[in-house]
Amino acid sequence: MTATITGLGVVAPNGVGVDTYWPAVLDGVSGLARLADGHAARIGGTVDGGTEGIPGRLAVQTDRWTQLALRGCALALTDADLDPDGLDAFDLGVVTASSSGGNEFGQREIQKLWAQGPDYVGTYQSIAWFYAATTGQISIRHQAKGPCGVLVSEQAAGLDALGQARRVLRDDAQVVISGGTEAPLSPYALVCQSTNEGFSVSADPDVAYLPFDDRADGYVPGEGGALIVIERSEHARRRGVRRYADLAGYAASFDPPPGSSRPPTLTAAIRGALADAGLTPGDIDVVFADGAGTRDADRAEAEALAAVFGPGGVPVTVPKALTGRLYAGGSSLDVATAALAIHHGVIPPTGGSTGAGPSCPIDLVQGAPRPGPVRSALVVARGAGGFNAAAVLTTPAE
Amino acid sequence: MSICTLEELTELLRETLGDDEEINLDGDIRDVPLSELGFDSLAKLELAASLRHRYGVIVPDGVIETLLTPADTLAWVNGEIAVVA
Repeated sequence: MTATITGLGVVAPNGVGVDTYWPAVLDGVSGLARLADGHAARIGGTVDGGTEGIPGRLAVQTDRWTQLALRGCALALTDADLDPDGLDAFDLGVVTASSSGGNEFGQREIQKLWAQGPDYVGTYQSIAWFYAATTGQISIRHQAKGPCGVLVSEQAAGLDALGQARRVLRDDAQVVISGGTEAPLSPYALVCQSTNEGFSVSADPDVAYLPFDDRADGYVPGEGGALIVIERSEHARRRGVRRYADLAGYAASFDPPPGSSRPPTLTAAIRGALADAGLTPGDIDVVFADGAGTRDADRAEAEALAAVFGPGGVPVTVPKALTGRLYAGGSSLDVATAALAIHHGVIPPTGGSTGAGPSCPIDLVQGAPRPGPVRSALVVARGAGGFNAAAVLTTPAE
Repeated sequence: MSICTLEELTELLRETLGDDEEINLDGDIRDVPLSELGFDSLAKLELAASLRHRYGVIVPDGVIETLLTPADTLAWVNGEIAVVA
């Protein structure tokens, strides 16, 4: 069974919908801007028009994070030319990524709790905050009665969700709605992130997030992500629809605790994904890096890539420099971008960075897109707390 | 405390369900089942909470299940208001 990506629903700070997002990425258009005063972060990536078209009856019972996903899901289904009503309900599954969940909805209810008392906490808090809300609402909206679930591994969750989607397709699903979104810009959410390693408090959108750059001094948060329709190749062929890329390989690993004498295990996830895809490092045309944006984390990632590919051995790019780190939406958006790179035969640049610093021995694509066939792409993601995941996408098999 | 009218109840129903063009609360909805208007079990709990805050009327869990239409709901709420008055 080969799993292939047939639909992308991008909801990003620099573009909603593939037709807006992809040109923005190629042109280096940033979605980062100053946030309102008084927040625990100065710069962030916000999505304008990200929740358009959400019915009022869903809006009252969902957080912005789920609403962004519902918008992304609608875009992905249209992009995949897929009408869920035409499927057997049990053939359609939903597996999404989640991280901070319904934090804005929760903040409103916590305010009511403290200002008015427990009796004023709304009933919908019970379903709006928790990790599976997006999966649940998508499943209900489209009557997806196939295997459903949610993966929670911060920035790595998008890849983990796709890995699980592939397992579910191997089992008995024909189509899975996967991917993820995040809405981490409520005051409550920003305060929670303010103690994260590497969280930037810079006030200048042009230098606040520069992955692998000498001046790297942290990352900025962003909202949004991508919803992805992934289905069995034979099912896609029968439908006669366009396939962006196959999910050829996936692997995950977990780091030892801080202070351990054992090294981080990102290399194991990368090698595992390559082995799963039956490819060697030389087969990979581009790496979509995690790009955490701090000197230490960037160096660790660059060393892991050098260990596998040799120093400067493969083009590396970090388009998320234009959007911020989207946590549960982050690696999903990276997968969408990698699929577009394969489909269009061009590597998008890393926005902002002027080049990899001397401690990062990588060939960083920056300044302009690099055209040329992209037959396979490696997507790497690290989630706070020690999560590592890697996925290999390839040109769809004939 | 003055009674709850159908108009006021309809406004509460609209607030609970959210503004949605697919939801039709026009006309005489007194005997239309709440489930047909879009009320699932959570929405009914939310409605009960709103009635509590707006009219001071308690709607016990056992009673919520028996309120199948706006007419049932008006009868319960106004009955409770009369008791308190």
